[in-house]
Amino acid sequence: MECLWCMEEIIVEISWINLFQVERQVALCSRCNEQLEKITGARCKHCSRQSTQDICPDCKWWKSQEKGDPLEKNFSIFHYNDFMQAIIAKWKYRGDYVLGEIFEQELFQACNEQFKFLMKEAVVVPIPLSKERSKERCFNQAAMLAGFIPMEKRNILSRIHGEKQSKKTRRERISATNPFFMSESLNKPVLLVDDIYTTGTTLRHAASLLKANGSHKVYALTLVRG
Amino acid sequence: MEERAISSEHLKFLLSGKLLLRQEIPLDEILFQKLLQQQIIRKAGSIVQKGFSNQCLRCGNKKTSLFATIPCGTCSKTHLYCRNCIAMGRVMECEPLYEWHGESVSWPNHLEPCTWQGQLTLVQEQAANRIIKAIRKEEKELLVWAVCGAGKTEMLFPGITAALESGLRICIATPRADVVRELLPRLKKAFENVTVEALYGGSPTKAGTAQLILATTHQLLRFKQAFDVIIIDEVDAFPYHNDASLPFAANRAKKKRCTTIYLTATPRREHRKRIQQKKLEQVFVPIRFHGQPLPVPQKKICFSLKKDLKKFLPPKEFFTWIPNRKNPARQLLIFVPTIALAENMHSIMRRYLVGMNFLKNEKEMAFVHAEDPNREEKVLLFREKKIQVLLTTTILERGVTFPSVDVAIIDSGHKVFDEAALVQIAGRAGRSPNDPKGEVLFFHDGKSDAMEEAILSIKQMNRRGGFK
Ligand SMILES: [Zn+2]
Ligand SMILES: [Zn+2]
Ligand SMILES: [Zn+2]
Repeated sequence: MECLWCMEEIIVEISWINLFQVERQVALCSRCNEQLEKITGARCKHCSRQSTQDICPDCKWWKSQEKGDPLEKNFSIFHYNDFMQAIIAKWKYRGDYVLGEIFEQELFQACNEQFKFLMKEAVVVPIPLSKERSKERCFNQAAMLAGFIPMEKRNILSRIHGEKQSKKTRRERISATNPFFMSESLNKPVLLVDDIYTTGTTLRHAASLLKANGSHKVYALTLVRG
Repeated sequence: MEERAISSEHLKFLLSGKLLLRQEIPLDEILFQKLLQQQIIRKAGSIVQKGFSNQCLRCGNKKTSLFATIPCGTCSKTHLYCRNCIAMGRVMECEPLYEWHGESVSWPNHLEPCTWQGQLTLVQEQAANRIIKAIRKEEKELLVWAVCGAGKTEMLFPGITAALESGLRICIATPRADVVRELLPRLKKAFENVTVEALYGGSPTKAGTAQLILATTHQLLRFKQAFDVIIIDEVDAFPYHNDASLPFAANRAKKKRCTTIYLTATPRREHRKRIQQKKLEQVFVPIRFHGQPLPVPQKKICFSLKKDLKKFLPPKEFFTWIPNRKNPARQLLIFVPTIALAENMHSIMRRYLVGMNFLKNEKEMAFVHAEDPNREEKVLLFREKKIQVLLTTTILERGVTFPSVDVAIIDSGHKVFDEAALVQIAGRAGRSPNDPKGEVLFFHDGKSDAMEEAILSIKQMNRRGGFK
């Protein structure tokens, strides 16, 4: 078994603690795994940003908008450190699909810990790619992440092709028009899944559309807080 | 991708001698399909089954662990893709590679293409003549063993000239993008009227249409039967030496009749063996271009090294050496075995060096490593002497030249410092004719075989160069 990232052989040391878990596949060697940085300590309860305030200024701003914040809460698992940036670049932009498997356990676990109350009734909706982008990449990283969550999945959102989010400034992102559309309604709470939460605009576009089409509450689970 | 229409003449330059993914071919779908139909462009296999394993036909990868499966949105099947060469664009089982079967390019025969004004030393000229002979007689292989600082680039000019005069196409492949960037202006100046192009990850041009191509070894993955002469620089170095896909690609990039010139300062055992068995022709250049011998490393044993390194401290012997250097005007190049050590030792060392009045302020010292995004900039600052001390991992062991440095290796017994690495690192010192000496120090807590072999081999090379 080789590390998905550095390709070094993974030596699984068997101890009493993991004796019954050896069957579980490890994606990264311990040296690579150590470089993933989980978000710990005080964070904004709303968007997972590291913050000593319960609700960070950005989230307060969203709440102060006319229609309020369409997103109930976002939970992110990791910091967007250099190592994570390198993995995401290779996974998403180079298209090294299998790298997504690195996050399987963590996503499963985060969902269990944070969104257990949703398990019965909610559906998981991955943030889609536009047709053009999806043709280019041959897979949607958000859909791959959604696949790790043990809940019903629905691909009910579509996306209009536009400029890359990463090329826009913060202001441009926030003021951009909603790139999503959907053709059916959904009377259930939704857990949106995406790889990165940066300004949260994309998720909120999706959330407000879902709410306009029947969903009462929309939550988000993202791999990384950018 | 360029929008303007591409003339069929230009297309020939762009596509012949290549093996490409669809996304690397800048043609609209209509024209592309037309050329496919006319069989001017043809499909070639991408990932194929060979016996019980698969092979990626772009990079040669056969290792099961370097293939993965993807539920493909394009063909709606779950199939293989190659992880080994994915940095050059993803090779998918469902998509072919493409090659040119149209008219081939005939490269111009240049008349006296060399615009370099310099003069070779006698030894350099002997090697240069041997290279010319290899190219003229279409010899398959020649290994040029030239000590660090022999001036190998200039030594290549007469051979390149001869090749250009015969209308041949040439590629110089080297492991590192830094070296490609450094070589490009020199070659453009030496062959002003010849098309010269540099290819590396992120290079401004990707077309690969020049007669003289300078490329990182990885870029060869895009070529097929393209070159009459391939010069493989640092053939003993990572990644060529470790990654089987690079010799695979280099081999495919050769035309049927092709001369391959290997350059090295530290030939690996397998090459030495082939030389001894007379299966590989070689020419040896034992003298630096300035005519002075290679600096021989001195060993300094440091009994508390392990303890010091745990605290990221340089050994005290290092600080004893600093004020006693023979020429205090030289800059200092310090090698350590790991990135973590470089990073942590850097902040401690610079504080000490400022405290000792060796540095005016902490800004005069920096550290670099392979993944450092500011590597180029820091190397430049060091070259311009705005930085006095540069702490580095083995990434700077080759290719880069600084005129006047002393070199220290901390923990030189560490396994990352093999014989070749140590000889290369020692070769950073004494590069300038104005200061051809330079000190090289091995700080260690028990000498390794590699250290002994490196010192022995440097002394041997000096002896062969006629020095005592
Ligand atoms: Zn917040
Ligand atoms: Zn490959
Ligand atoms: Zn496919």
